[in-house]
Order: sequence, then C-alpha cells, then structure tokens
Amino acid sequence: MLADRATLAAIATNRFGFGARPGELDAARADPQGWVLETLRRPYQPPAELTGLAPGAELLASFLALRADRAAQRKAIARDAAANNAAKRPGDAVRERLLPQYVAQAAARTRIAIGSEHSFRERLVHFWSNHFAVSIDKPICLATAGALENEAVRPHLDGRFEQLLVAVETHPAMITYLDNQRSMGPNSQFSLRAARRAERATQGRTGLNENLAREILELHTLGVDGGYTQADVTGFAAVITGWSIGGGEGRFGSGEPGGFVFREALHEPGARTVLGRRYAEGDMAQGLTVLRDLAAHPATARHLATKLARHFVADEPPPGLVDRLTRAYLAHDGHLPSVYAALVSWDGAWQSAPLKFKQPCEFIYSALRALDLAPPEPKPLLASFEVLGQRHWSPGSPAGWPDRQADWDGADALMQRIEWSVALADRVGEARSAPEAADAALGPLASSRTRAALASAASGSQAVALLLMSPEFQRR
Amino acid sequence: MNMPTRRDFLAAGAQVGLGVVLAQALPGISFAALPGAGPLVVVILRGALDGLSAVPPYGDPDYHNARGPIAIAGPGESKGALDLDGFFGLHPAMPLLHERYRAGELLVVHAAASAYRERSHFDGQNVLENGGERPSGTASGWLNRALGALPGRGVEGLALGQNVPLILRGPVPVGSWAPSALPEAEPDLLTRLRDLYSDDATLGARLEEATRMDALASDEGSGGGAMGAPKGGGIGRLKTIAETAGHMIAAPDGPRIAVLDAQGWDTHAGEGAAEGQLAGRLGGLDQVLDALRTGLDTEWSRTAVLICTEFGRTVQVNGTGGTDHGTGAAAFLLGGAVRGGRVLADWPGLAARHRYEGRDLKPTTDLRSLAKGILRDHLGLPETKLAEVFPGSEQASAARDLLHS
Repeated sequence: MLADRATLAAIATNRFGFGARPGELDAARADPQGWVLETLRRPYQPPAELTGLAPGAELLASFLALRADRAAQRKAIARDAAANNAAKRPGDAVRERLLPQYVAQAAARTRIAIGSEHSFRERLVHFWSNHFAVSIDKPICLATAGALENEAVRPHLDGRFEQLLVAVETHPAMITYLDNQRSMGPNSQFSLRAARRAERATQGRTGLNENLAREILELHTLGVDGGYTQADVTGFAAVITGWSIGGGEGRFGSGEPGGFVFREALHEPGARTVLGRRYAEGDMAQGLTVLRDLAAHPATARHLATKLARHFVADEPPPGLVDRLTRAYLAHDGHLPSVYAALVSWDGAWQSAPLKFKQPCEFIYSALRALDLAPPEPKPLLASFEVLGQRHWSPGSPAGWPDRQADWDGADALMQRIEWSVALADRVGEARSAPEAADAALGPLASSRTRAALASAASGSQAVALLLMSPEFQRR
Repeated sequence: MNMPTRRDFLAAGAQVGLGVVLAQALPGISFAALPGAGPLVVVILRGALDGLSAVPPYGDPDYHNARGPIAIAGPGESKGALDLDGFFGLHPAMPLLHERYRAGELLVVHAAASAYRERSHFDGQNVLENGGERPSGTASGWLNRALGALPGRGVEGLALGQNVPLILRGPVPVGSWAPSALPEAEPDLLTRLRDLYSDDATLGARLEEATRMDALASDEGSGGGAMGAPKGGGIGRLKTIAETAGHMIAAPDGPRIAVLDAQGWDTHAGEGAAEGQLAGRLGGLDQVLDALRTGLDTEWSRTAVLICTEFGRTVQVNGTGGTDHGTGAAAFLLGGAVRGGRVLADWPGLAARHRYEGRDLKPTTDLRSLAKGILRDHLGLPETKLAEVFPGSEQASAARDLLHS
C-alpha cells in the first residue's frame, strides 16, 4: 500500500535524490516516480559547473612532468648538497600545481549536487563513481579522480553497463590507480628484449601486475563470490597487459602524455583462458572482449543489483528486489535505465519509514539544499567534508566508501555532525525559518516531536541545528 | 587557550583538511574500558603489509633472489636490516621498534595468517576482524565478543576515530572519539537533542557515548595542542592522536581496549627497499607506536599492542617493482607486558616448492592462536569463552607464554 502523494514526493526527493530544495516537493507531487526517472530521459549534457576543468590526460601529464622534475632535482641534490637549500622541495610543486585542480573539481561536484534539479542523476554519479573508486591518497590520482568521474562515469550512467565499464577501465586514472601502466607479459617483446640483456638488472621491471585485473573481477564486475579463481586473475592480468598511459619515462614515453595508450610491446601474446572461456590473441580487442563477457555475466548482474538495492533501499537488501534488478539487467543486456526503472517501480522502495542512514556527503548536500544556501568558497566548503569524514574521492581503497549504517554512525561521527550543524546554523542565523524549511524539505516526513522541538527552540538558529540533526533528517 | 569562534571553524577546518590532503587517511582508534587487566591496543594495517620487507628473513638462501631490487640487505651491510636473531631482521626504517626489541618488549611473529585463504583485501579484513572463518555471516567483531565474555560486564566502549571498525562492533556498546576541528556544542542543544532522540535507540545511545567520551578526553588531554585539531599533516597528526590515545587509556577510569587503523600498505608498484614508499610508511608506524608508548607513560609496562594485517604479499617481486596479494604475513606483539626480544616463527622457507600455491609465504601460525593467547593471559578471558569469541577455531589453540605472568 502506497502512502499519500505528498509523502511520496518527499521520498522521491530525499531517498532517490539528494534532498528536496524549496519548491521541489510540489514539483514532484504530481508524479513522484516520474520525477525520479524523468532526468534520465534527456540526453546527457555536461553540467555548466564542469566548464573550464582541465581534462584528465592533461592533469596526469602534469603530474608525470612534475615527478620527472622531482627525480631530476633529487639527482641534482645528491650531487650538490647546496642545491638542497636553493631548490623548492619537489613534493611541494606537485601539491601547488595539482591541489588547486582537485579543489576546483571537488567544489564543482559539490555545487552541482547542491544546486541540481536532477539530483537522482547526481546520486547515480556518486554511486557509480564510488563503485569504480579511485582514491586521492595515491598522489598520482590527486587531480585525476575527479576527471574519471566527469569523463568516464557521467556520460555513461544511462547507457549499457559495458560502455561504462570500458570507459572506466581504459581511463588513465583507473589504469594508474591500479598500477597497470607497466604491467607486462613474460613473453612480451619488452620482456624478451630485457631477458636477453642483464637479467638481474631488470628483475622487478618485467612481469605482471595483477592489481587491476583482480579488482575488475572482485569489485567492478563479478563480485568476490562471483566464481573466479587465482588462475582467472592471472590470466586476465595477462590479457590486459599493454593497457597503459602515454608520456611515461624512458621507453614508456610514446603516446599522448597522460592519455590511454595500448602498448603492443608490453602485451602478452597468445590466447588466454578466463572463466573457462578461451580468448584468441587480438591485442587490445582481447581485453575488450573479456570485459564484454564480464558485463554480460549473471554474477555481475547480481553484484550490481545488490549494490544498487543496498544504496537505495536497505543495508541488507531484500532478496526479492535483488532478483528483480538482476532479471532487469539480464533481460535488457545491461541497459542501466531499465534497472533503475525496475528499482523505482518497486513498491517496497516507497515505504514512508526511513530506510537508510545518510552518509556525510549526503547529509551536507541535503542540509544546504534544504536551507537553500549558496555554497561558500571552495576551501571552507570542502573542509565540511573533511571534518565529517568523507573527503571527496578519498575512500582510501578501491572498494570505495562503505554503504551501511554501521560504517557511519559512530558516536563521535554523530557529535561531529552536531557541531557542524551548529556552525552552519550560526551562519544562517535568523535568515531561515526552521519550521518552513522542515515543510519544504521533509513535508509529511517531519515528525510531530521534531516539529514541537523546532517550535520551542531557544533561537531560530538553534531550531535550524535541531532540524538538521533530527532523526528524520539524518536518514532517508 | 583561545577557543576558536564559530565563524573561524570553516577556515580552520580548511587548513586542517587540505593540509593533509596528500597524507594518509586518518587512523581511527576505538576503545573499550576494562577494569583490572592491562590495556590492549590492536593496530590493523589495512592493505596487506609486506612482511618479507618489514621483517626480512635475510638468512633464508632464497630471499635475495626472490626479492631482487626490493630485497633488504643483511645486517652490517649498507642500509641493511636491523638484526633480530641472526636469521630475521627488522626493516631499517624502524629503529625505535628495534629498541623495544632489544629491551625485551617486542615479540615478532612471522608466517602468520588468519583463517582466510583468498586474496581480497576486503574479505580478508572481514575475517581478521569478525574472528570467524568466513568473510560474511558474522556481524560482530571478536574484540566486542571478548568484551561481552569478560567477567564484570557493563564495560563501556569508545572509539578514537569517528566510526567504529568491525573488530569492535557488536552488542556491547562501543563509542568513538576523535579530535575535532569544530567548537563544542552547547549543553542546552545537547539536552534538546537527547529529548529529540528519546524514541531513537541508535542516535540516543550514540549521543550519550559521545558526551561521556568528550568529557574524558578533555580531562586527559596532553595539553600541548592535542585537543582540538592537531596541527600539521601526515605522521605528525597520527602521532598526536596516538599520544592522546595513550593518555586516555592511562587515565584511572579510561578505556582499556583500543583499535588503531592505519591504511596504505597495498604496495603493488614501486614498493622500494631500504628507502622508498614502504620504508616511509614503516618509519611513520615506528613513530606512531612510540608516541603511543609516550602517551601511556607508566601504563606502558602493563600494555600489550597487537599489530596485524589481513594477509601477506607474494614472495616474488612483480613486474612493477612491487608485490601482489599473498598469504603468510608478519605480525607484532609489543609492550611492557609482552615477553619479547624473540621471533616466533615456524619458518616454511621461500623456495617455490615451499610456498603456498607456489607463490605466497606459507602460513604456519594462526593469528587466532595469538589473539586467543592474549585474551586469556592478558585480559583474563576464561578458556571456555575463547571458542565463543573465535567460533570454529578449535585447531588454533591459544598460544602460551606470550606475556609476562
């Protein structure tokens, strides 16, 4: 049994979107399900906020150049101790050049999330970006993590999964995050050349790196219980040898600096077997064929269905919903909007009781949306994510941010949210009415207890803090 | 001390936040109070520490060949290992830990592993923390179950770090605490929130825990900038947090169980040898552990610190100067309560025929044996309760003589 339409509108905007902005509940009321899905029916247009951001290849090329400078400087310093004082520390140059790029990307992402009228799409951007997580605590990714999201994820989240998968796995940010750029086959041209020379000198410089292959299987497609073996990891790693980037050091210098390059000389020649299927030699096409089959695999369908159901409906997703989404995925050849439609049209996703505890970034977005606040300057804006424990693109591992309440509801995390809410409410002062904001953001979802607390608050500012920290605002 | 005004917070936060943007993720330290027994700190190195570099078996005839450019030289050679027992050494980036070894306070364990035998970080960490045999199906952590099984329940928990890692999650309440860059909320607001949460069991309990731990931290802070946001990035910040954690544990009514998370050990490429990526991390860990010792002060003599990781790394160096996911790993037991100054290893050898699946260091010691020995002999957990804490661990009997009696 479905709730009344005002409640459904509040669910549409809060559970499926990033929280209602003023007026949004009214806009969603006529057709709450339609409101959710409508934005995906339009052809993709990059949001205006992304204009002027440097391309990922250019940013990676900057990083490579700065790293080469650093190596040269270190040599110079080793030669001449006095140079130590004269030269700027090389690590600083990377920070100085690339940190502002990261700040610009993260600020743009935040502005889009706060201002968007299509916040279901933005939630999907975050979902898929986190599914294919790269983390800025690896320095080479500092400026490219945002580029991966903007260049590979945004344009492909309303097509077939295979397209999204290929776009991500051939993006220089993913190649470098998971160390594939110098992975080489034992029988590749490069390795054989090296073997003919001094063997010892090249040890550790020729051979496979299985990191990307393993995480594609475990995290991006089949899932950890998806039925692959160590032999599949090793075989797949050999298949994608040569998936590299341009503009590296020495022999790796050819190709567009920072861009994706297929390096024939690193590629392991010959047929390989992955998941019981034999793949004939075919240079880069061999790997693309494996990705195509992985995207079509039932284990991948179930893995993605489980993650989507967990994100939108429950920490422990109902098996019936997972089955439904798995079927939709397989029936439509991995067409993602068909999967989203199967999710949004499932009655259980429209229960009025909250189903999920907000992650810090969701909480920040929904707070600024509810209060209709213009985002502050980039640095203080981004500090909010830092203090609440979810800096943009820094989950610290390729598994991405966790998506269950127990990962986010620590006592100290709650206190940080309280203190942040107080600070934000102080900035707002009396300029916003908390009861009106409750009506506009939560509508019928605001409890009578919360409404009473807002009405009896000691000040308008305190009422705003109470609204943001109310149980129903902490959840969706 | 000047309290920052609320208007300052965003700017202050910006300094703190972006100042560490290139540094590692913050560790979380989680605590649980336990009267009587000496403190226990568990340090989880997430990402799979390369035990063959942290504790190089330089005496193994196959070590240098297998490791090539990332091998650590033997003691006495240039940038060589710090000797432990004539066969194993300690990475040269950890001189402070080596001092503890010589003081008889560091027990080094090698070729150790949890019950997990696959190579996923995330499943591996789940098994390490849930104490079971499988990655899923156990929602609580073994330290939480240990707390529940100890005599004199009613023990409270606390985390230094915003959230609670799996190893400490479960039915026994466990809080969390981390230094905050924000001004404290006023008592009146907290009273109103308590009322607002009166129908909400989770948020209500969390608020109570957080309020109590804030009070404890204010009493026991080390003063010099430890409260509020620690200044500086990277290792400096971690050291400050570890030292503050030591003060809190050492307080008479302080917590007695802590969990420290440290990420960034997944060295697939450019791992380095005596210097480089891994050396930098190990050097940081060396300093963080020493800061914990400083914070604990005289309580150090009663403390045990277990340092472990989800699995080891391949014996052979890979094609990118690093190592891929493996099995057998190194672990450490550190502290004044520890019978240290020795290496505990049933060494399987590094030759290909001795490896696990032909590629990894074969595990010969079960980490659960270590953990069970610590729970029994350090925290006083009754033998009969060990099987509840580590279900399915009958084969892994509690290790003896890890600690001074």
